[in-house]
Amino acid sequence: MKCRKCGGSAALELRRHNAAFCSPHFIEFFRKQVAEAVHRHRMFSTEDTILVAVSGGKDSLALWDVLLEDGYRTAGLYLDLGIFDYSKESKAKCEAFAAARGQTLHIVRVADAVGAPIPGVQQVTRRPTCSACGLSKRYLMNRAALEHGYQVVATGHNLDDEAATLFGSVMHWQTDALPRQSPALASTHPKLVRRVKPLYRLSELETAAYAFLRGIDYIVDECPFAKGATSIAHKEVLNRLEEASPGAKHNFLFGFLDRARPAFEKVEDVVLQECTSCGQVTTGAVCAFCKLADLVKRRTSPVQ
Amino acid sequence: MRIILRNPRREIDVDGKRRVKELLAELDILPSTVLVIRDNELLTSDAVVGGDDVLEVRPVMSGGSEGAR
Repeated sequence: MKCRKCGGSAALELRRHNAAFCSPHFIEFFRKQVAEAVHRHRMFSTEDTILVAVSGGKDSLALWDVLLEDGYRTAGLYLDLGIFDYSKESKAKCEAFAAARGQTLHIVRVADAVGAPIPGVQQVTRRPTCSACGLSKRYLMNRAALEHGYQVVATGHNLDDEAATLFGSVMHWQTDALPRQSPALASTHPKLVRRVKPLYRLSELETAAYAFLRGIDYIVDECPFAKGATSIAHKEVLNRLEEASPGAKHNFLFGFLDRARPAFEKVEDVVLQECTSCGQVTTGAVCAFCKLADLVKRRTSPVQ
Repeated sequence: MRIILRNPRREIDVDGKRRVKELLAELDILPSTVLVIRDNELLTSDAVVGGDDVLEVRPVMSGGSEGAR
């Protein structure tokens, strides 16, 4: 297979683009896609300081690498979930990445904030592990950005992640979730930091290939709690569709963003206020994170 | 050739030459869900593999919580 641009030996075939690229031209393609995402959604500028949420996986480290290559001012945020050896290894990958590039890496332990590591939270709350984990991540990313003065939080969500989330929302017609699904969520409250997903135009295969070709040492093994997760099941369904019809995921997500999302946006009418417990932004009196932390505290405290 | 698979990590031996896409079909793996690596290089689906090759078939799917990747 030949590179579309130079005719050299291809490293990666992109069926949805009916193209193949050699390593240098694929890296060029990848960076152009990120630049297009940043430009189209006015995600940030070189004046902003960007907090990149890194997990040690391919997506977030690829994102940090691209932003550094493009000259943005960034720092990393690693949330230590306390998931046994998986967290130890993923933290080590993030620390090594940051150290090799002379970048700041903030580390926040979920156990310090919520009262127990993620496996402990799962045991005492009996809610799906990924649900409590996602809630904690969103809360702690925003809090860390506010505390350290970053204007934007960037996450490594890719096209597959976004298509799977959309699929899940549509499957249950979660009309409250649909307007919130966007490559860029604006700051609608002084305590809510802008959140952006610069990799939303790139597939999981493409982010993995970029990380590999750039020599990024990322954690390949998946989170032990991801096995059986609904999002994985949705990705598998979409991958079957993609195999039969290249571009299906792209069309599903981009069609929604271009044509359907605005209709749902109109019906959203949410009033944001500050949590009476922690001061972070919420739609109710007490935020979901404080409720979770309170539940963990009550169920892990010794009976008097 | 030797094939290294992940999640869980295991190794299998496969005899004969074939294209990567044929190998993946035999293993019931969708091509868009893995990187196929030989000698620290990515292989496309039309590459021919076999003999003494050692291939890593590295999954690209991640999932679970939606807070950050």
